[in-house]
Amino acid sequence: MNRSRFDFAVGLFVAIGLLAMAFMALKVGNLAGFDSGTGYVIEARFDNIGGLKVRAPVKSAGVVVGRVESIGLDAETYEARVLLRVYPNYRFSKDTIASILTSGLLGEQYVGLESGGDPVYLAAGDRLGKTQSAMILEKLISQFLFSKAAETPAKAQ
Amino acid sequence: MTSFHESEMIALKDVCFSYADRPILNGIDLTIKRGEIIAIMGGSGGGKTTLLGLISGRLKPQTGSVLVKGLEVPNLRQSELYGLRRKIGMLFQFGALFTDLNVFDNVAFPYREQTNLPEEMIRTLVLLKLEAVGLRSAKNLMPAELSGGMARRVALARAVALDPAVMLYDEPFTGLDPISVGIIGRLIKRLNRALGMTSVIVTHDLNETLRLVDRVVVLSQGKIHRDMAPEEIRSTDDPFIRQFADGLPDGPVPFHYPGRDYWSELMDQ
Amino acid sequence: MRASFVQLISALGHFFTSRIDRLGLAARFAGALLVSLSIALGRLPLMFREVYFSGVRSLSIVAVSGLFVGMVLAVQGYEVLQRYGSAESLGVIVALSLVRELGPVVTALLFAGRASSAVTAEIGLMRATEQLAAMDMMAVDPMSRVVAPRFLAAIFSMPFLAAIFSTAGVIGAWIIGVKLIGIDDGAFWSQMQANVDVRIDVLNGLLKSIVFGTAVGLISVFEGYFAAPTAEGIATATTRTVVISSLSVLLLDLLLTVMMFRGLS
Repeated sequence: MNRSRFDFAVGLFVAIGLLAMAFMALKVGNLAGFDSGTGYVIEARFDNIGGLKVRAPVKSAGVVVGRVESIGLDAETYEARVLLRVYPNYRFSKDTIASILTSGLLGEQYVGLESGGDPVYLAAGDRLGKTQSAMILEKLISQFLFSKAAETPAKAQ
Repeated sequence: MTSFHESEMIALKDVCFSYADRPILNGIDLTIKRGEIIAIMGGSGGGKTTLLGLISGRLKPQTGSVLVKGLEVPNLRQSELYGLRRKIGMLFQFGALFTDLNVFDNVAFPYREQTNLPEEMIRTLVLLKLEAVGLRSAKNLMPAELSGGMARRVALARAVALDPAVMLYDEPFTGLDPISVGIIGRLIKRLNRALGMTSVIVTHDLNETLRLVDRVVVLSQGKIHRDMAPEEIRSTDDPFIRQFADGLPDGPVPFHYPGRDYWSELMDQ
Repeated sequence: MRASFVQLISALGHFFTSRIDRLGLAARFAGALLVSLSIALGRLPLMFREVYFSGVRSLSIVAVSGLFVGMVLAVQGYEVLQRYGSAESLGVIVALSLVRELGPVVTALLFAGRASSAVTAEIGLMRATEQLAAMDMMAVDPMSRVVAPRFLAAIFSMPFLAAIFSTAGVIGAWIIGVKLIGIDDGAFWSQMQANVDVRIDVLNGLLKSIVFGTAVGLISVFEGYFAAPTAEGIATATTRTVVISSLSVLLLDLLLTVMMFRGLS
């Protein structure tokens, strides 16, 4: 039984396979950024989150500073309650504004943070005071139509 | 619990066996004593190989009992059956060597699988067995490189590796040249005596067989037709055995496949 | 007229009962195989030998096929995407297609054709030449010595092969997309990394390949074990392995895809 001959080839096979798996995890997937668990969690409430999904990026000035941790609905105020996990090396002031923005014209939605001038920083568990909800296309259209309709009767005078 | 005599190695009592509704064995009573070499002969498909299957436990009879070393073979559980099979060796018709192992590894197989012996001891034992069949120097060949006779000798060495008490031979002489036939025959007799075995040989080869066996059992129509000593086979008047022994084309085993009358079929156009 | 109608019904009935009989046989076989696994797992060198013959020997066909499939995906993908100005998403499309679907599925189909058919033929031949019977007579269980190692080797090899296929595919797509067509290298990788999730996509893809390996492995050893001991019997068994394995892989893929990827959007 030529064990050694098989052992080497099988070992090589497994090594190549593991390399391929590592390649897939790191180069193809996002394992490198797979550091959930680090950072602090802050809360933001929105009237409408639009198409925001869990694990969507949290960006400031376009740079990814965290991830959306969870999305829920407050049963009493009917607001969307979004928990954001911000990476530990970023600090934001207490009067930071969180908005739901769209990347590109038809891209995915993310949370944008704009820091304010407050010298006190947000700590874990804090809730953001000001938020801007996502823009909903239907509401924009009805707003537009409504304003158009409000104009015409005045013109028809 | 059927009684058995100390000297009875194998005992079949009133065994009936059918395969897919076709009856093959119809009430077989056979006793084989320790140390005997017996031959089982008969027409093709007559149940000879079936008998070997029943003795080794590969087949279960519909009725009757099969006793080997006092154990009721059909009733054994898997582990008990395997325990029994360590004491039974079988030589298959074309050797059935493992084609992916060489000669040495083939003979070493039973030792490596069934024992915890260290490799050096296994090597010695394998060489001993191969020497006994005259193939020690062929130990590195692959089965594909062996002639029919050599392959069967290696298979024989493998089958007797663990010094079984019972050896079953399924047509050991079929398809071999006369020299190999003589070699195998001599080996069967010598091993049987040297290892104190009981051997059952299923065969068609009368000449070689009659030289080595103590008894000949002739099967016909699912029953034991005759059970006699080899000398009697040569001199008997029995038409079935005569046709067999003399190689006559027609007799109790008809030449023509049964069917319509020749003349009337020709005339049908 | 009536006689042939009755014949038709009984033929139909026989068709189904024989299929169900075989399914029952397969189930019992699978049960016996499961029991023998505990012994087989204690003899890993046997399994590794089979990993060599099934897995390692399939490496070249899987890698080359992966490369070509990735290249084709790049060509076709680019052709469609550039109409909408989304050519930079090529990396995403290719990676997701490969990792989620084509990697596990095509690898399993290639494996079924190359390695599994060989296993079926091998076991069938061992039965025809009475090697399995001889082993059984020597009180060695053929299930744990011959069948189980080959079954385990299929399960073991499949995820590695699927990963190699997907990797080769991504590389092939990169060669076509970035090097030949001229898509931006950075965009290719960054879009891919942003949209391919390790847990959802990569891991699920590997899970699929393990399931496929189990199915294909079981089918190939089953067909070989019960092959008729003639040349025709082995040929029939080999084709059955390839056909039934392929269909099973595709069916399982449908089920797994629905289970794994349905709730994503």
